[in-house]
Amino acid sequence: MLELKGIFKTFNPGSPNEKRALNGIDLVLEEGDFVTIIGGNGAGKSTMLNAIAGAWPIDEGQVIIDGVDVTHLPEHKRAAYLGRVFQDPMNGTAADMEIEENLAIAKRRGKNRSFRWGITRKEREEYVELLKMLDLGLETRMRAKVGLLSGGQRQALTLLMATLKKPKLLLLDEHTAALDPKTAAKVLEISDKIIAENNLTALMVTHNMKDAIAHGNRLIMMWDGKIILDIKGEEKKNLTVEDLLKQFTIASGKEFTSDRALLS
Amino acid sequence: MNIMALINALPGSIAQGLIWGIMAIGVYMTYKVLDLADLTVDGSIATGGATAVMLMLSGQNVYVALIGATIAGMLAGLATGIFHVAFGIPSILAGILTQLGLYSVNMRIMGKSNQAISVDNYDLILSLRDIPNAILVGVIFCAVLIVVLYCFYGTEIGRVFRATGCNEIMARAQGTNTDHMKIIGLMISNGVVALAGGLYAQYQGNADVNMGRGAIVIGLAAVIIGEVVLGRWVYFNYMLRMAAVVFGAIMYFCVIAVVLWLGLETTDMKLISALIVAAFLAVPYLKGKYKASHVKRGGGKNA
Repeated sequence: MLELKGIFKTFNPGSPNEKRALNGIDLVLEEGDFVTIIGGNGAGKSTMLNAIAGAWPIDEGQVIIDGVDVTHLPEHKRAAYLGRVFQDPMNGTAADMEIEENLAIAKRRGKNRSFRWGITRKEREEYVELLKMLDLGLETRMRAKVGLLSGGQRQALTLLMATLKKPKLLLLDEHTAALDPKTAAKVLEISDKIIAENNLTALMVTHNMKDAIAHGNRLIMMWDGKIILDIKGEEKKNLTVEDLLKQFTIASGKEFTSDRALLS
Repeated sequence: MNIMALINALPGSIAQGLIWGIMAIGVYMTYKVLDLADLTVDGSIATGGATAVMLMLSGQNVYVALIGATIAGMLAGLATGIFHVAFGIPSILAGILTQLGLYSVNMRIMGKSNQAISVDNYDLILSLRDIPNAILVGVIFCAVLIVVLYCFYGTEIGRVFRATGCNEIMARAQGTNTDHMKIIGLMISNGVVALAGGLYAQYQGNADVNMGRGAIVIGLAAVIIGEVVLGRWVYFNYMLRMAAVVFGAIMYFCVIAVVLWLGLETTDMKLISALIVAAFLAVPYLKGKYKASHVKRGGGKNA
């Protein structure tokens, strides 16, 4: 479903701020894979997701989604294949627009937009049903501006928008990091449900080792712009946080240092 | 201080307000909907006036002239759009560059700095000699424009257009070419502004290379006055929001009429305009600041 071949990316090359963010990433995802990604700050987790989404051109390598080489496609064209949820709840939705408008925009992702009216009565009914599934009471607030919603509600809505038109690949970039623990758990639960129900292929970046272990069928750990661990199947099911830390030390030759990942 | 003098001046202010209201609807599109500060308008309003007048002087029908003015304005917007999107120049500077360049273009169009067109010899659709008619024409243009743009904002393209101004990250993630949206917005906006220029040239009976000086300030004044005065009643509907912008333009010219009536010179108007805009820009900011310093203990209900 997704193939990353030898991806390199350096930010600010030749300047004092030069940062080698991706250092030869190779990754193949099968259809239906739900992969959690873990790693310390600056390991390249979000950068890898942005490379897939096309936020900027990569220096070297290839991105192939469902057999299509998208390496040279701009971000908005790749959007046809991707559903994205961002770390910042503000990023995924348009605050000044209504809930139903946001959904209607997402519904037409990857389609040629025309001068037809932007939302139909029939799709409104569909949205009410989908919002009921979130169980956040949004189905009665279809005309409310998204800016009035809480961070958790906005993330849940963004999830719905990302999957309204079934994406080839769902990218979740620390999408619960900005939420309080209770809301984060709820949004994770919704993510699990949506991914399972639609049999989606997904990449989920998280800084929480427990979450990374508890969700998905495969776990990769990143360090210094590289994938240093790739655990799947039975091994993934029996994984513990201690195992992960030990494996990290062996693979990287360093102690895992991220208070956020260890304490949460 | 004859109050009758003020009352007699007001219909003219309303007519002017309606014409500049058309321009303000264009400014609203970039400034509010797309969240771009576009200073092209100071130049494109004069381009519109110049194009319309020259087309009519060369024997074209007034409507052809207005269409020509609109197209000229759209080209000006395209120039700013290319400066901004393709060359990465900040929008405010891109607009200033186009505006500067347009001065020469406008001189080329007219051949000199001012071209008169008399309602006696040409079939103009409005003139300051017939204020009631000018008001009627202004109302019709504003109404048609508001309805057309309202429909545009409601289409599939219109909605991602608005999303681009609201949240570019989201718009791109949902498959919108935000660069195209910005160029389209700058073109439509300056087309509308130039149309207003074409009408205003007829109203005052000439096109002048300096007729747009400070136009952006009047446009912003209209947008902001409309928002501050009527915002809470119209925020939910784009048709009403644009109507509020026209109302803001009319208010602006009424305030100007009052200031003139109080005895200030016409040349003082630029200073007054700047102060009015500064005052109305400050109101929402200071309100927010006042509120923030009086938040109840425990934070807001959505904190």
